[in-house]
Amino acid sequence: MTATASPLKSSKSDEVAIQIASMHKWYGEFHVLKDINLTVYKGERIVICGPSGSGKSTMIRCINRLEEHQKGTIAVDGVELTNNVKNIDAIRREVGMVFQHFNLFPHLTVLENCTLAPIWVKKMPKKDAEAVAMKYLERVRIPEQALKYPGQLSGGQQQRVAIARSLCMSPKIMLFDEPTSALDPEMIKEVLDTMVGLAEEGMTMLCVTHEMGFARTVANRIIFMDRGEIVEQNEPKEFFANPRSERTRLFLSQILHH
Amino acid sequence: MTTATETHQQKADLPPPAATVGIVGWLRENLFGSVPSTILTLLAAYILYLVVPPLVSWSIINATWTGADSNACKLADGARKDGACWIYIQAWIGGYMYGLYPYDLRWRIDIAAVLAVVMFAPLAIKRLPYKDLYGIAVILLYPVVAYFMFKGFIDFAPGAPGSTDHPWRVVQTDKWGGLALTLLIASVGIIASLPLGVLLALGRRSTMPIVSTFSVLFIELWRGVPLITVLFMSSVMLPLFLPEGVNFDKLLRALIGVTLFSAAYMAEVIRGGLQAIPKGQYEAAMALGLNYPRMMALIVLPQALRYVIPNIVNTFIGLFKDTTLVAIIGMFDLLGAIQLGNADPKWLGFSIEGYAFAAVLYFVFCYGMSRYSQHLERKLHTGHKKR
Repeated sequence: MTATASPLKSSKSDEVAIQIASMHKWYGEFHVLKDINLTVYKGERIVICGPSGSGKSTMIRCINRLEEHQKGTIAVDGVELTNNVKNIDAIRREVGMVFQHFNLFPHLTVLENCTLAPIWVKKMPKKDAEAVAMKYLERVRIPEQALKYPGQLSGGQQQRVAIARSLCMSPKIMLFDEPTSALDPEMIKEVLDTMVGLAEEGMTMLCVTHEMGFARTVANRIIFMDRGEIVEQNEPKEFFANPRSERTRLFLSQILHH
Repeated sequence: MTTATETHQQKADLPPPAATVGIVGWLRENLFGSVPSTILTLLAAYILYLVVPPLVSWSIINATWTGADSNACKLADGARKDGACWIYIQAWIGGYMYGLYPYDLRWRIDIAAVLAVVMFAPLAIKRLPYKDLYGIAVILLYPVVAYFMFKGFIDFAPGAPGSTDHPWRVVQTDKWGGLALTLLIASVGIIASLPLGVLLALGRRSTMPIVSTFSVLFIELWRGVPLITVLFMSSVMLPLFLPEGVNFDKLLRALIGVTLFSAAYMAEVIRGGLQAIPKGQYEAAMALGLNYPRMMALIVLPQALRYVIPNIVNTFIGLFKDTTLVAIIGMFDLLGAIQLGNADPKWLGFSIEGYAFAAVLYFVFCYGMSRYSQHLERKLHTGHKKR
């Protein structure tokens, strides 16, 4: 999908950004996530794939407490996720999230979508917040849409606004939950290009996606999940060339050849 | 590379066929499109023919517009003329507007009305700086101003000099009445029930069991009782429960009753709006680090309230008309004042005119609210699709 064929330069460091240890989650009786252990380093770019219902979205949603885990620990940038509201707030300020359905605020203009959190959460003066917002809107290449409402934009533009909105909070980590799944084919590239740009700047990224071209060029590591477990993880080249488990092989054969 | 690529020529836009536009096109499309449509058109025309001419002749052509007293509206034998007697309305208009409010002090209510216009008018300016703050200030300040305009400042002992002619003497609330009282009860009810309704709706959806149980009980209790019962309870039963000597104002009790009653309805309307907000909106707000009050105030409620503007205004209109029920506990609101006029021995037999006038006045206010709500809906529409 993306223009660059050769993998991006790695910006991975030795500092831990996210540490997930023996984490379990249940929906009522249903055991959705089983014994998840994952260490994400700063600057690392991880792509998470797997069949639907495998728990990949649920896992990244646990990282900013959109879902609550019942057992084990999650620590983001050294802060542990507990019921302590202060910790949750601190983590959410560090972690940006982009959703499948964009989830822009339809009653606010593009610019207001971007300035809302900086103004109300970071207490940034409105002028400064607008300057920051314009900077990021330029970066996702839609500054001219700043005064429109989300409903007037195309899906690809909306998703780029959603990325800019997250960036306005200067997050250290970005979570992407199937950011291109709800887009028309013609618009997927513009969103992926924006994400590649972010990766080039050394952003720590966790991305649930089925865009294998993106995974190949951008990811440091690909994680394959099935039925709530991490089945396999490896660097992209190895992952695609020599999948270790049978389940991974089956999955890859189904999404790569049709 | 010499292979020619084919260029696709876009077709030009054409005007629509002539038969579908113009007056004839419109008539054919809307009135005589099919046999049932033609029958309905003719039936409607017949009903209009039956209703409109008699109404026009009663209310305008044969009506009495000038005259000194009720004799002008009567034939020589004392029977009333065919047309409407609008001089009765002219004679009683003051009573309709102010009820039993002292005649020499009516100017105070006029000033309160003018002040309302003056104080709220700046809110119509599009780019007023600090508009939100000003709006809140006016909503909090105006009731105080209006209260003292209605009530007055100086409480004279009965019989003391000034007790009957001082311009700022106290007028007790049982003398307040007419359209002024109707508008007072309706606006207090409307302005107070909206925030209360929001709180109750949020409470009902709360995950805290005590808060949600309280909200459910409150809403169901008040919705389960007719407003008349609420008003009777407030004016008759409540004093029985209060200790001897404690006596708070009947109007205040009615206001509280009306407000809590419509707050319960409002809560359910707003809850409907809250349910229309997709989960993704909450998630996006939380992911950005907004806490619960900010998420609600900045993201969820603005959208939820917008979805239910028609229902909110529906409740407001209902509340506005329900204020007439205070007549039952001995207050003379607009309808009460009109009934007072109908009982006036000088104008016996003209109650149709009184009720017709009441109907027109109520309609003007309700239709005004309805138009304003449509205007709001258009203004707040941001072209988003509901997902």
